[in-house]
Amino acid sequence: MPSTADIQAGLGEILEEVAGVTPADATPEKSFTDDLDVDSLSMVEIATAVEDKFGVAIPDDELANIKTVGDAISFIEKNQ
Amino acid sequence: MTSIKMRPGAPGAQILGLGAYRPRRRVTNDELAQTMDTNDEWIQTRVGIAERRWASEDETLVEMACAAGGKALAASGLGPDEVDLVILASASLRAPIPGIGPQVAHRLGIPRPGAFDLNAGCAGFCYALGMASDAIRSGDARNALVVGVERLTDVTDMTDRSTAVIFADGAGAAVLGAAQEPGVGPVAWGSDGDQYTAIEIAAGRSTMTMAGQAVYRWATTKLTETLTEAMDKAGVTAADIDVFAPHQANLRIIESMVKKLGFGEDTVVARDIVQSGNTSAASVPLALTALLESGEAKSGDLALVLGYGAGLTFAGQVLRLP
Repeated sequence: MPSTADIQAGLGEILEEVAGVTPADATPEKSFTDDLDVDSLSMVEIATAVEDKFGVAIPDDELANIKTVGDAISFIEKNQ
Repeated sequence: MTSIKMRPGAPGAQILGLGAYRPRRRVTNDELAQTMDTNDEWIQTRVGIAERRWASEDETLVEMACAAGGKALAASGLGPDEVDLVILASASLRAPIPGIGPQVAHRLGIPRPGAFDLNAGCAGFCYALGMASDAIRSGDARNALVVGVERLTDVTDMTDRSTAVIFADGAGAAVLGAAQEPGVGPVAWGSDGDQYTAIEIAAGRSTMTMAGQAVYRWATTKLTETLTEAMDKAGVTAADIDVFAPHQANLRIIESMVKKLGFGEDTVVARDIVQSGNTSAASVPLALTALLESGEAKSGDLALVLGYGAGLTFAGQVLRLP
């Protein structure tokens, strides 16, 4: 089971790859759209990358509830 | 027992001519920004569209279909009396009875062909191409006209900025005939009907809604295998493809497909969406004619095409360009 820090680091790598976000900026309180400038289609790309990396399924209706980096981390922790 | 006699068929079908009709009115992103909360940068980064064509009142589905169909016929070198099948693909008929395939055929002077409309959303043109090719191969048709035509602006909610900036109008057509050397590969088609609400005109409504994220995810994850299947069935690889012309839905979907398929460096990729927006069943023939007109693609090139959309439906094949 990866630690919260591992998940945050893995998520940071995905954010950098998909949306050009500096990994150090991807802290739990950050909103994807408002703080990190990630648009709705990039959110889909992040979701599919998270599914591949962490072995979780993120249905579209759940994706709508993931607003911050912290939301994504807790979703991964709960569903892994 | 009296046996049923079948007609002799052909080894394959080929595209003999392509034609397109682009509505006169060009609508830029800046023009849209005057009436809705959007801007050029937002539209370009999300969907890759710089401008699109919107049909005027007189540019009806029938008029646009006849214009594109007439050009395809002229390019094919065939006379109207040599065509005996007309398949018209559209998802934007406001009155579904009657279908407009017979009327378009009549207007083009095609005498009493088998004629009907086909609604497979944005996949319609590629579905129709597969069916026309099979009708020629079986001997049920000598030559066929396939048209994709849309006035999506008739079914677009102009207050919904997520769809109003995307959808547009136009028509494209192909004339197919028999060939010793096949020019239309086997179709790779299918549907994911569990997502039937992803793109729909819901009961009681007159305009379309689209679950953008769901469609984007489906298109970027599920359709690579359809493209691979179309190439496998035709016995070619990505390295053999000269022209890749998928449905022009979203530039980011096109780039994602290109990244996954591994084409050669010389493969020409259709990005007609930048100038034409998303024209649903018309987008593939519009994109192909644009590439041929600009000289980026040439006669004899091997093209990989794919349509996908409402249903959800999808269909792709390998073609030899006329």
